[in-house]
Parts: sequence; structure tokens; C-alpha cells
Amino acid sequence: MTDFDRDAANAKRRKLLQAGLGAAAIGAVPGATQIVRAQGGFDWKKFKGEKIEIFLVKSPRGDLLTKYHKEFEDLTGITVGSEMIPEQQQRQKAVIEFNSGSPSFDVIALSYHVQKRQFAKNNWLTDLRPMIGDKSLAAPDLDFGDFAQGGLNYAVESDGRVMSLPFNLDPWVVYYNKEIFDAKGVAFPKTFAEMIDAAAKLNDTSKGISGFVGRGLKNANVPVWSSFLLGYGGGFVDAKGRLTTDTPEAIEAGKMYQTLLGKYGPQGVAGFNWNEAQSLFLQGKAAMWLDGIGFAQPLEDPNKSRIVGKVGYGVMPAGPKRQVSALFGDGEGISTYSKKKGPAWFYLQWASNKANQTRMLQAAAGAPVRNSAYAAAQSSADFKAPKQWVECMLASAKIAQPGLPVIVPVTEFRDTFGVALTNMINGADPAGELKKATAEFQPVLDKSEKA
Amino acid sequence: MPPGSNNPVALGRNSAAVAAPRPPSAFFARRRRNYRRFIIPAVVVVGAVIVFPWMFTVWMSAFDWKIGSVAHFVGFDNYVGLATNQRFLESIGHTFYFTLLAVVLPLVLGTIAALIFHREFPMRGVLRAVFTMPMMATPVAVALVWTMMFHPQQGVLNYLLSLVGLPPSLWVYSPTLVIPSLVMVEIWHWTPLVMLIVLGGLAALPIEPYESARLDGATEWQLFRYITLPLIAPFLVVAAVIRTIDAVKAFDTIYVISQGGPGTASETINLYLYLQAFAFYNVGNASAVVVVFFAIILALALLLLHVRQRTRWVAM
Repeated sequence: MTDFDRDAANAKRRKLLQAGLGAAAIGAVPGATQIVRAQGGFDWKKFKGEKIEIFLVKSPRGDLLTKYHKEFEDLTGITVGSEMIPEQQQRQKAVIEFNSGSPSFDVIALSYHVQKRQFAKNNWLTDLRPMIGDKSLAAPDLDFGDFAQGGLNYAVESDGRVMSLPFNLDPWVVYYNKEIFDAKGVAFPKTFAEMIDAAAKLNDTSKGISGFVGRGLKNANVPVWSSFLLGYGGGFVDAKGRLTTDTPEAIEAGKMYQTLLGKYGPQGVAGFNWNEAQSLFLQGKAAMWLDGIGFAQPLEDPNKSRIVGKVGYGVMPAGPKRQVSALFGDGEGISTYSKKKGPAWFYLQWASNKANQTRMLQAAAGAPVRNSAYAAAQSSADFKAPKQWVECMLASAKIAQPGLPVIVPVTEFRDTFGVALTNMINGADPAGELKKATAEFQPVLDKSEKA
Repeated sequence: MPPGSNNPVALGRNSAAVAAPRPPSAFFARRRRNYRRFIIPAVVVVGAVIVFPWMFTVWMSAFDWKIGSVAHFVGFDNYVGLATNQRFLESIGHTFYFTLLAVVLPLVLGTIAALIFHREFPMRGVLRAVFTMPMMATPVAVALVWTMMFHPQQGVLNYLLSLVGLPPSLWVYSPTLVIPSLVMVEIWHWTPLVMLIVLGGLAALPIEPYESARLDGATEWQLFRYITLPLIAPFLVVAAVIRTIDAVKAFDTIYVISQGGPGTASETINLYLYLQAFAFYNVGNASAVVVVFFAIILALALLLLHVRQRTRWVAM
């Protein structure tokens, strides 16, 4: 019996027990309807005089938190030391420090789509359930009913452990150029078939306009394909740990990727990352662009964009089986090696509180995981994001599912399948490429789960 | 015979008392022993920062070890895996292709530039300074600017092609053009270095051979082919050695512009190694790649050293 078989045999009983415990602890899984409120005894000054170290990613969100650390220090009396480095380096350093057994930080920011499984499998993060359940440690506004379900799904492990607090969500949406659509009388697509049809009608090589643009560069391109894969009803890995990336659904998604990018995409799209795609869309040279939701600011900036006021924000069209928005997200957790878990837990609660989530939206630094932040931000005179963007975000969050498999070697997954997808743009057969990539990656996955 | 002369103890005592001069070899041997202490710091440093890491890398290459998991001894399995890994083998080919172009073309263009700048003409100093400016730029910044220039729809390169009636190119976005396009960046960046080296060689040349050749009726081409080129050959070899080292280890330009793509079309050994070590954390496999890469570099270095020695001999 393999590890996966054993897991499968025990999964039902374990899930019932453990997920039940997790749900009871945060009152949020499934449904996110219950609300945990501390009834008394909570005091932000409980850990006054302590010092904690935070390890953040250099990003608008990291900048925002760092900017307001003084507020946290004044509120709690806890001193914050923080380090903020670029994403790739932060991930490498985290692995090395955790492996050393004595990381220099108490709190770490993590990207769920890359690090969730890795951190959980190695038990690098502290299970937050005891602190969530302790009324003297849970802040009054720690309201899980306010958190989007997609974010909570990311934060809770399949065994019920709550390893982090979600902070930022990044569902994938379709940006579209209303002017190009209106000029040809095409409506925004509601299904995959309509999406391909619209791309075909709007693709106009004589005017240098592409019907569709997205990521073609290996590794970066996988979420585009997975957006289609999820809509076709496919997935990444089955309950036994076998890849399902060469199934008919996966192949159909590959064909759709090949059609949209290879046939109706711009020349050279096989080397496009998000920045090249954004650049083309900003110039009004692409009718549709599929990517994460965080690009509204440059699109609506008159100094950068030629299509200000002409951008539509559309929810991912429905596939033949279901309508899904591929989701990515960030959160923060407490190192299992930390000796200051209490102060670190206070930091987590402060970082994900309503004020910071609202600030994040107002600063266009990301898409908050708390629903109340949208209403709060919209009521502000400084808030400039279009109403359709907010509606698109909220609607996408409701249909969001992880856009990448929750496995340890996710970077290798992206690399292997990314090469296959790039080859498809250059004319390779989707079925053959996906079968080859699946055969190549399965041993890597097996090894990672057995390690 | 004096008393006690056949007694070694007495003889020894007498010798010590007289303090006969030591033979020179013993003197130098003791002196050498004393000096050996002074190389200990260097030995320790070299051992710690070169020998130990190198031995440790070779040792790790015999393990199947991913950071976060338990290491298993696998002997030569990592090497066998590399020998049968099509992607790795292709990366070796890409490395050689890139290196060949990124050495030969700057050498040719740098030599031509040096010959031009060696002549007297107005504003020569200013133009020389302008020509050498690219090599002062930071490679990552250079790569980012070229990335924008290569954009197939909005890049300035395709705009320039359109001005002279040529069709647009896909540059680094095409699997077949990506390496020549990356070499363009290398040429722009490093031709000035070759020019400076060759210019130094030209400045040191004697004028007598040229005068006598001109008296014999030699043409400009003959002057270059039979006098200038042999005399600057040692300088060209130095430039070739420096360029080869730079080209083989090129990483930043390729990583920023193409990330080894499209697909794996511009993935050199360095990029493959980076992925294995720092993206996938396959330390054992990455160590094996390092060892193979080292062997390749060693072979190249020996070849270049051989050429350099031969060139010196010929030049002398």
C-alpha cells in the first residue's frame, strides 16, 4: 500500500475529525458564516515590551504594512523588526532558514499557491486554532464571517489545521477593451465558446489588434491554462496523488490555450509574461487580457494607459462544466520555532484587520480578503477604482478555486507544464505535450510526497 | 689520532663546542621550514573557500537531496540522469552556441573598432569615450532596456526595421532567433572591452616594420594581415580568454530578457543550474551539474591556455 493509498483509506475519518476541529476553531469552514468574537479579557497591551521579527515580501502590500508598523507598536507596545526582500529571494531564504531550525523571524508572509503545501508538510508554521479559540487572545474584530471563502480555504489545511491568516486575494479575471468590443458589436463572453468566438471576431491583424493576450512565457503561463482547465471540470491531482493533467479536460484546456494565444494572440506571445501582455493591452492593441485582478491601477492611469475609461472588468466566462476563477493569494503565519507566538499572533490579527484591508484597497496595493473592506473603501472620497472592478472582484471571489495544485514542487510543476504550453503556442500537439509533461512530472510529485 | 676521536659521543660534544659551519643545504632547508609557516594562512583560506566547497560539492553530487528532505546516497545516479536528460544536454548546446557567437563577433567588431580608433581623426578622444560607455552600464539595467527594445509590437528595433522597409522580427520571442538576439546585447555591451584591449596592443606596436613594408610596396591589407595581426595576436588571445569566461558564465542578461525561453530555447547550463538549485532545491542534482560545468570550463581553459602559449611562441 502506497502512502497515497493509506492517506485515501484514512481520509474520510480524518477529515471529519480534523476539519470539524478546524471549523469549530475558526467558525468559518465551511460557509464562513459563523463569527468568532472575543467576549472579554482581550487586551492589545498583553505583550507590551516584547519584540518580534517579521519577514515580508517586497511588494505594495509589504510596503503598506511596514508603513503602519508604528501604529501596531503604539497599539500593543510590541516592538517590530522587519525584513522585506523580493519574492524569489524571500522564498529561497525562508526555505534555508526553516531548514536551519532557527529562523530569524517570528512572522512570515507566504504565497499560498507556492508555499502552502511546503510549509504545511514540513510543519514550519504554528497551528493557530488554540489562539483563535482563546478569548483572551482573539481581537474583537477577528470576524471570520467577513473573510472571503477562497481565502479561508487557502488558510485551512485538509487536516483542519489553520496555519495562517489570509491577507490578499488574486482571482483571475478578463480585462477587455470596451471600445474594440463595441466597434464590432461583440458582447462580453459568458462562456468559453463565446470567448473563442469573440477573440476570432476581434482579432484584426491589419490594425495590429489581437483578439486575446495572455502569458505565454514558461512557468508564468500555467495559470492561463489552469483557468481553462478548471472551467472544463478538470483538476491537477486526484485523491491518490496521480496527476490528472493529461485527461480529456486538460487536453481541451490545452487546445483552448493554443487557439487563443497561438491563433488570436500577438506575434511572439510565447515569450510574453504579464508585463508584455499588459503593455500591449494598455496601448489598446488587444481586445481581451486574462490575468490577476491587481492591474486596475496602471490600466486607469492616464500617464501609462491609452485606454483609460474604456476598460471592462469581466468575470471569467463559464466553461462547459463550471465557472471558476483561478485564485492566488497571500497570507501570514507564525514560525513554529518562534518563542514569541503570542505577540506574533497579535501582529497577524492587526495585519489582517479591517483598517489595513481597507487601506490596501485604497492604495491599490491588492485585493483584500475581507468583504467589508470594499464597502469601506468605496465610501471614501479617495477611492478611484471603477465600480465594475469591485463587482468583478467580489463575484470572482465567490467562484474562486486554487489556480495551481497545492503540492510542494509547485515551481517544478509550473516549469514542466510551462514548457509544454509554450510548445503548444509554437504548434505542438496539446495532447502529446500534456502526456509528456505529465509523465515527466509524476515521479517528481511522487518523490516529494514520499520525502 | 687524538683521544676520543673514535667516540661518537665525544665527537658530538666536541662538534657542538666548536660549532662547525653547517652545510649550505641544511641551512636553506631550515630556512624553508621557517618560511612554510607563512603560507599557512593562505592554505587555510584557499582550503576553506575553494577546496572544501569544491570537495563538498562533489560529495553532494553523489546524493539525492532536496532541501527539506532526507539525503540518500545514490553514487553516480545524478550523473547518469544528466547524461540522459535531453533538456540538460540541450542546455550544453545552447551554452556553446551562445559562447561561440558572443566571443567571435565582439572580437571581430572590437578589432575593427580598435583599428579605426587607432587612427588620428578629429574628436577621436570623445568618440572613444562614447564607444566605451556601454561596458560601464549595469548588466541587469542593460537587459531591462533591451527587453523593451525587443518587444515585437512596441519595441524600437522593429520600428527601426520598418523605417528601412524590412519586416518585423520576433527577436527574443522566437525560439530560433532568441540566442542570436541575446548575443546582440552581448556585442553591444562588451565589444568596447575588446576594442580597449586591442587598442592597447596597437599602441605598443613598433613602426619600423610598417616603414620597411611600405618601402617594399605592401598594401594596407598586407600591412594588417602580415604585420598588425600577428603582432596583436597575443592581445586578441587575452581578449578571447576574457570574453570566453564572461560568455560561459553569462546569466543575468539571459535570465532577465528571456528566462531561458521561449520554452527552453535559450536555457544555458547556468540557467538550468539556477532552476535546479534555487527554484527546485534539488541540491544533489545541481551539484552534479556544477561538477559537469566545471569539467567543461576546465577543458575550455586548458584549450585557451594552450592557444595562448602557442600564440606567444609564434609571436616571439
